[in-house]
Amino acid sequence: MRYLPLSKQDRRDMLAKVGVEHIDELFADVPKDKLLSDLPELPLHAGEMEVEQRLSRMAARNLSAGEARGFFVGAGAYWHHVPATVDHLIRRSEFLTAYTPYQPEISQGTLQVLFEFQTQVALLTGMEVANASMYDGSTATAEAVLMARRVTRRNKAILSGNLHPHYRDVVQNMAHFSGGDLVLCDPAFDGAEELAAQIDDETACVVVQTPDFFGHLHEYSELAKAAHDKKALLIVVVTEIVSLGALKSPGEMGADIVVCEGQSLGCGLDFGGPYVGLFATRQKYIRQMPGRLCGRTVDADGKSGFVLTLSTREQHIRREKATSNICTNSGLMALAFSIHLTLLGEKGLRHLADLNHANAARLAEKLADIKGVELLTRRFFNEFTLKLSRPAGAVVDVLAEHKILAGVPVSRLLPGEKEAENLLLVAATERVSERQMDQLARALKEELA
Amino acid sequence: MSMNRQGRKTQPGTPEESLGDQPTHSGNRGLLIEEPLLFELGDTQTTGVDLPDLPESAHDNETRFGDLARREPIGLAGLSEPETLRHYVRLSQKNYSIDTGIYPLGSCTMKHNPRLNENMARLPGFMDIHPLQPQSTVRGAIELMDELAHWLLELTNMKAIALSPKAGAHGELCGMMAIKAAHEHAGHDQRNIVLVPDSAHGTNPATAALVGYRVRSVPAQKDGTVTAQSVKEALGDDVAAIMLTNPNTGGVFEREIVEIAELIHEAGAFFYCDGANFNAIAGKVRPGDLGVDAMHFNLHKTFSTPHGGGGPGSGPVVLSERLAAFAPVPFLLHDGEDSRLIENAGDVGAGKLHPFGRMTAFHGQFGMFTRAMSYMMSHGADGLRQASEDAVLNANYIRASLSEHMSLAFGEDHICMHEVLFDDEFLRDTGVTTLDLAKAMIDEGFHPMTVYFPLIVHGAMLIEPTESESKASLDQFIEVMIALTRDIREGRSEVFTAAPRFTPRRRLDETGAARKPVLRWSPE
Repeated sequence: MRYLPLSKQDRRDMLAKVGVEHIDELFADVPKDKLLSDLPELPLHAGEMEVEQRLSRMAARNLSAGEARGFFVGAGAYWHHVPATVDHLIRRSEFLTAYTPYQPEISQGTLQVLFEFQTQVALLTGMEVANASMYDGSTATAEAVLMARRVTRRNKAILSGNLHPHYRDVVQNMAHFSGGDLVLCDPAFDGAEELAAQIDDETACVVVQTPDFFGHLHEYSELAKAAHDKKALLIVVVTEIVSLGALKSPGEMGADIVVCEGQSLGCGLDFGGPYVGLFATRQKYIRQMPGRLCGRTVDADGKSGFVLTLSTREQHIRREKATSNICTNSGLMALAFSIHLTLLGEKGLRHLADLNHANAARLAEKLADIKGVELLTRRFFNEFTLKLSRPAGAVVDVLAEHKILAGVPVSRLLPGEKEAENLLLVAATERVSERQMDQLARALKEELA
Repeated sequence: MSMNRQGRKTQPGTPEESLGDQPTHSGNRGLLIEEPLLFELGDTQTTGVDLPDLPESAHDNETRFGDLARREPIGLAGLSEPETLRHYVRLSQKNYSIDTGIYPLGSCTMKHNPRLNENMARLPGFMDIHPLQPQSTVRGAIELMDELAHWLLELTNMKAIALSPKAGAHGELCGMMAIKAAHEHAGHDQRNIVLVPDSAHGTNPATAALVGYRVRSVPAQKDGTVTAQSVKEALGDDVAAIMLTNPNTGGVFEREIVEIAELIHEAGAFFYCDGANFNAIAGKVRPGDLGVDAMHFNLHKTFSTPHGGGGPGSGPVVLSERLAAFAPVPFLLHDGEDSRLIENAGDVGAGKLHPFGRMTAFHGQFGMFTRAMSYMMSHGADGLRQASEDAVLNANYIRASLSEHMSLAFGEDHICMHEVLFDDEFLRDTGVTTLDLAKAMIDEGFHPMTVYFPLIVHGAMLIEPTESESKASLDQFIEVMIALTRDIREGRSEVFTAAPRFTPRRRLDETGAARKPVLRWSPE
């Protein structure tokens, strides 16, 4: 077996050194009748060629974004172009096969990357500090609500109806088990939502998203003031990080915690993961923050260096009193995010954001002209909602047969929501060509005729 | 000194000619290159990508977004492509990695990460598919998840699986939520206590607290194991579950685990097993046979997905018959020839299934599923079993080889599983601490073992070589460890207290870092 270096002779010699005759003597603590005498009923070992064949056969059963005649699927994960350099670098042994940087003297590479990542995230979100990443945007949102409860010592969270439904479900699940109160607002398909009036003296936080799930852009400065008047926190969620290249940051609007899905930079689509959650807040709350933090310090020779810090918040020290049970971050994806953003730079990010919007605007124009299509999102970034004359799920399925992935039927995430049945979320990134837009428009026109 | 005809030396100079520790002009030392921060290197006008021009139809930012347009500069630094490569390659060279050498971090399982896995995860059919494409266009992805589920259930003899948890601690959370959901379903609201041995990993009590349970500590024996008797004494009708790691955090198999499971079940509670150390027993023992109700895997430990400098992990959870109905969404449902992903709790109707909610957006760490599947297919049933045996053999080989030189935490006759635990008894009155020894190992070119964990042992040193180390590598490690213990006995404590000396940075001021946290770069 190619991954196991011990030879039969090695094993014999080593057993002799240990002073046993058979390997099972080292499993002596296992109750006798529980030690398997037979192999599990699974296939035996296979060479590289065979594994490649078996897995390639499965991969070939999927319609990949590149094979599709048009790809317009978003709803929290976007098909952006990732420069070749990113993947090359994250495959370097020293990044790929290192552990969490617990021994800082031999982990300065990972640590400096995290410090730079934290800075990039803070700048992008307009916040003072950021952590070294979370699992993804949805779990980061649940952690943000827990943090707001700790900071305010209040229990109630108000969730915008236009928060990504999966995010809402994750927050709701966490609240159910951890004993938090939630106010779940109904979706506002037109983007008009009145949240300020619901904030009271028991409110820990209000959770909103921009661009929201339906693509609407929001100015939350007024809401931030309303929340602060009641000593509640404003949590702003961003699921398309590229939008921050063109739009005012949540920090500028007065957000107290910003959580984002960072997938758009550096990560692939990967059928949903691994992605990277971004978490940023104000300096004064750092001791209530979840997740890993990298800090700058000096070494014994007075040279600047980096360490993981403020670990007294974490589970391995605090156990049941920890701020979170999280034991890891999304290190490699944070690295990918950081490299991609370094390659783009401010100039590139702004241009990329402009391209995304320009493509989406052009697509929206083409689609809105079709009979049976109504554009619901007036101000959007790279994704918008269409109201079709028929249920969107069936339309998407038919178009998929023609290898056009037209978008996400809203009903897939909001089942049972009668008014959502005909709604279709359509996204356009820099990868979408004019030809693909026309193909979608043609196919949609035919299908709705 | 011999010279060639160009007057160039053909042999290195004598020690007298060397300049020792004198600084260089650049601050670099050969291959050890000082690398400034990205923000000190780049600027906001540099970019390393060529993007298409904007279409002429595009409007300016103000017209498009009005008051929402970004007006202020962000301050993000950019680098050209060659500068980017150099920056990150130089940084990477300041890291130790599995591919550099033995990485014997106990409980972390730093095994070889096969590159076939990386290639398989990057097949466009796996990498470039969206979690919300119509399921009819991702049959192969669902097949892969189904296949992975089959292998994991077969290896554990369990009934159901939740693939979506994002990491080990997230898997624990998922398992404990399933347990709480089952109690809620049965109307057992008075059960609010979780038993956790004091030898447990910190995530266990943290997880129990997160789902609203209170922790009752169960005293561990000297070797960290728990007896049926001590569990019996802690049990009551207020107990919801026990969380037990097996093999435990000291590398010892819980001898009374079957009796403990029976007691737990008789008391109407559930048995959560922390599967962090499943790599010791995969293919040898099935947790389902022991009476486990829920267990998470760390795909990044047992099934070789890369640790990536701290994630991403992946923590699927297997569930027993008693808990099978309480998995979160999404889950796989067999439906004729193909399986279907059930994404919403409402989709199952009123029946036998009671999904408790959602752990994360989308379907979990699919990229890690592909890697783990590639690893398991490569090993097969026989290879997985051999890997467990080799992991256990390697740990015991280190135990036997170092027993006379260091102090085994549980005595010389105590076999271990995949990792071996030493305490700091052999360092007593030497002026050298566990941390000092760890730092001296760094100077010798090794990554240290896990130190000061588990907490039940003074100055703990937990060594987990994994099955990936050859005998030659182990022998070299052992030889150096013996030499270091000789240095300690001979009173050469400065080798240890001054260590590490040959690293990009020497010991760092962690207290200062925590007292005045600097968590980001700021412009002067």
